[in-house]
Order: sequence, then structure tokens, then C-alpha cells
Amino acid sequence: MYNKRSGFLTFMVTAGLAFLYIPMILLVIYSFNKSKLVPVWGGWSTRWYSVLFQSEDVWEAVSLSLKIAVVNATFATILGTLAGLAMVRFGRFRGRTLFGGMLVAPLVMPEVITGLSLLVLFISLNQIIGWPAERGFTTITIAHITFSLAYVAVIIQARLTGMGETLEEAALDLGAKPFRVLTDITVPRLAPGMVAGWLLAFTLSLDDLVIASFVTGPGANTLPILIFSRIRLGLRPDINALATIIILFVAICVAIAALIMYQQQKRIERDEQIANQEVL
Amino acid sequence: MTETSYSNDSISSSTQLLRQVMRRLQAGWRTIVILIPFLWLLIFFLTPFFIVAKISVAEVVIASPPFTKMIEWTDSGIMTVRLVFDNFLYILNDSLYSSTYINSLKISITSTILCLLIGYPIAYGIVRSGPLAKKLLLFAIILPFWTSFLLRVYAWMGLLADQGTINNLLISLGLIDEPIRMLYTEFAVYVGIVYTYMPFMILPLYANMEKLDGALNEAAADLGSKPTNTFFKVTLPLTMPGVIAGALLVFIPATGEYVIPDLLGGGNVNMIGRILYNEFARNVDWPVASAVAIVLLFLLVLPMAVYQHYQGKATEEQ
Repeated sequence: MYNKRSGFLTFMVTAGLAFLYIPMILLVIYSFNKSKLVPVWGGWSTRWYSVLFQSEDVWEAVSLSLKIAVVNATFATILGTLAGLAMVRFGRFRGRTLFGGMLVAPLVMPEVITGLSLLVLFISLNQIIGWPAERGFTTITIAHITFSLAYVAVIIQARLTGMGETLEEAALDLGAKPFRVLTDITVPRLAPGMVAGWLLAFTLSLDDLVIASFVTGPGANTLPILIFSRIRLGLRPDINALATIIILFVAICVAIAALIMYQQQKRIERDEQIANQEVL
Repeated sequence: MTETSYSNDSISSSTQLLRQVMRRLQAGWRTIVILIPFLWLLIFFLTPFFIVAKISVAEVVIASPPFTKMIEWTDSGIMTVRLVFDNFLYILNDSLYSSTYINSLKISITSTILCLLIGYPIAYGIVRSGPLAKKLLLFAIILPFWTSFLLRVYAWMGLLADQGTINNLLISLGLIDEPIRMLYTEFAVYVGIVYTYMPFMILPLYANMEKLDGALNEAAADLGSKPTNTFFKVTLPLTMPGVIAGALLVFIPATGEYVIPDLLGGGNVNMIGRILYNEFARNVDWPVASAVAIVLLFLLVLPMAVYQHYQGKATEEQ
């Protein structure tokens, strides 16, 4: 597309970005509000941050959520990568249609259905084999892995199709065993996709409220569950402070990720240039 | 001599066996790669639906678990299978449930159309930007997705409240005297859904428009077609796959939405996700909750299949 944007399109893009960002900017500004009533401005203050830092249940929830997110992201990346490899590189196999269906369905399944069905599964399992004995960390993590792995698989599949198979074919022609081709060529080249998948799975887990609410047990509150229970009753200035910290944290993480990807891109471009020169 | 040769033989045969096992494993690693995620999804994704379906044809009892068994063996060796379809009849006949299903569909369809009307020109505007602006704009659209969904909904509670930012602004400008009630209304639910689901509409649209050939528009213009005509006859038909993917990505999850109607709609907006959650958490009527879930799944199975079809085609094209 070489055409210039028309005035209408420029307006829509600007208005769209304003629509997306103004609510979040206001959320951050009001976290520094002195007044106890969130929308009534009472001057600048950081008192809600000290209120937040003093509340122990917030930190417990943060630590539980981070633990779940890390374990979830790691397992989801492994399972999602295996699933992506199976779908893209293994040709036809028995049950491929069912497998593909189960890989796409979690992406669009309404959360209430996923949550309800996993809860009844855990309860049935508990009655039949006595596991899981109680609901909390384990059940939430399993639930998160189940939908996160589908997202990771999408990223891995896209990267595998984008990579092509020329290097793998060359290695096979030179006599490498298929398994070594997988471990020495395919997986290292997949690494950026796996990192992206890990980050996505990590974020999805930190963000989930509905599924965690279904499969959690008494006493195990993740951060979204805690936030939800508080804001259901109305606006809370300490939640604004918490939101600001989360937004800042995400912004820093995204900036770092963008920088790493940018450098990697540059390295690949440089390598390709060198390779081309050598060919010439 | 015979003895040594015998032992040599046994050694070589055992190494051969070992080699064979290794070869089997080497050939088997593909099966293992498939089997691990396959079994995981089979156990934790597919099986639960069958359990939900099973509970939906049970009756509620005060016990743990709070529903009747489907198959029971009596002393005389007779197996009785109980399938109670009362729950489904109850849902279909009860005006609360049927009106909630209709209301959910109304809200999700309207929100999808709103997302499309706003998102389409945004995606088109991004595609037509310069290479650097394109990257930055796309990044700006994706960024909110990485921050908390819950907090993005919460941000609108502050904007829409009776004493919220919008009402304060309008009052201080002298446009209104009394605050307009926006929070805890259906309007707030629409705003919340459009706001949080917008990136899901823009991204597939962008991916699709990016592949469009600008020469087609030029050719149409050279042949005397007006821009509006070109848009409806060339651009829009070619971007239909993106429109359908984006619309389904908004419509399907919005229909089952729980958080937005609960926080922004208060008790005034009934959507099926909310009813399902409450049925389960407060009333502990698992059979009815399961039946509600099955009916919702039934409503969404066709759109989900369509999405899967398009997704499959898109990957094959790549």
C-alpha cells in the first residue's frame, strides 16, 4: 500500500489511540490523589502507595500469582512447542484433526465454560483417585497451562511455517539423524518464538480472573481475584496505586522485550548480509 | 571355545537388542512429541466437557457432590441409567434464562458491529502509514493487551461513575446540572466490551489488509471508479476473511463475558456468563449451571467451527 492516509483515517487512528490510552492515563493520575473518593481531586499525594505496601494480603496474592505464572509459562511453552512441532512438521498422523481442534478451541472458548468444566473435572478426579486433595496453586496452574499452551502453539506454528525447512533438509542430506536435526537446528531457531510464547503465557496467567475463580479453593487468592473482590464494591484509591505499579511493570518488561527483539533482528540481518557477501 | 563364542554371541545379540530398542525410541520420539500435549488436552480440555454434559442431565441433591449419579447398580444386578432433561426444560421455559440468552446475544452482536465500525478504519489507517509509523502504531494497539484486563475495566468505572471523570467534566463545563447515570447501565457494558475487545478486532483486520495489493485500487481509480465504489467493490470483499476472523474473536468471548457485566453493569445487566457463575457459586445448583453451560456451548459451536475453518485456511495459505 503506497497510498497516503486520508484525513478521515488519520482522525480514526488518533481517536482510537486516545480511546485506548486516556482511561489508563487517568487511572494512573488518580492513584496520586490525596482524596479518599477516587474521582474527587484532593491534591497530589503518595499515601495510597504506602497503604498498598502495608497490606499483607496484596503481597501474598502477588507472590501466589507470580509463582503460578512462572510454572504455567514454563510448562505451557514446552507443551505448546511440542504441539506446534507436531502440527507443522509431522505431516498427517492419526487424530490430527481432533488434536488441531483441541488446540484452537481454548483460544475462543468462553472463560466461564472452561472454568466450570475444569472445576467439575478436579472434583470428579478427587472423588475417584483422591487427587487433587485441595484446590489452589496446583489446580489453577493446571487450568492455566491448558489454555496457555494453545496460545504458545499458535506462535510456534507461525514461526515454524515462517522458517521454512531448507536448513533441516540440508542437514538431513548431509546425513544428520532426524532427532539431531530437531535438537540442533529446529529448536534453537525456534528460541525467539519460545521466548515470546513464554512471555505471553506468563501474562495470560497473571491476567486470568474467571478461570482461577472457578478452580481455586478457600484461602488461595490470586492477584486478580483479590482486586476483583475489592473493586466489586466500588472505586478504591489503593487499587489505582496497584494498577499504576502493574502498568509500569508491564511497560518496562515490554520495552526490554522490544529491545531484545530489535537487536536480534539486527543480528539476523547482519548475518544474512555476511552470508550474501561470502556467496558473492 | 564353544563357550566363549556362545557368550560373544549373547553379548552381540544383547547389544543388537539394545540397538533395536534405541532405534525404536528414535522412531518413537515423534509419537512422544505428539502424545504429551495430546494427552494433556484430552484429559484437561476434552474430558471436562463430557463431565459437564453428564452433570447437566442429573438432579440436584444435598450431598457431596450435589447431584445424582447417572448410572447406579441395584442389588439384583440391574443397572439404571438416569438422564434427567428437566434442567434443559427449566432453562428453556424459564423467562429469566431465555431472556438472558437473548440479551447476551444482543449485547455481543451489537458490540461486535461497533468494534468493526470503529476498528476497520483504524486498521486501514495503520496499513496505509509509513513503515516506521506502522510498526509503532501496531505496537500501541497491542500494548494494552499486555496490561491487566481487569484494570482496564476498572478504569472505566472511574470514568463512568456518577461522580466520575466524565460527569465531573460535563458539570464543570456547564453542559449538565445533574450527573448522567452511566455506570451500572447497559451503556457501560457496551463501552467496556468495545474498549477491551478492540485489539482483537484490529489485529486480524490488519493482518488481512497488509496483504492487499494497492495496485488494485489504482487500477479501479484509473478505470474511473469513485473511492467509495472502489471500497465497497474491491477493498471490502477482499478483506472479508479479516472481518470474519475479527468479528468472531470479539463475538464468541463477549457472549460469555462475566467480568464486564458484573463490574460495569452491576446488578442491572444480565448476561449468561454472570448467571452461570452465580448459579454455580451462590445457588450451588450444579446440574442447572451445567445445563446453562451446555446451551451456551451449543449456541457458540457454529461460530467456533467457522473460526477454526478460517484459521486452518490461513495457516495453509502461509
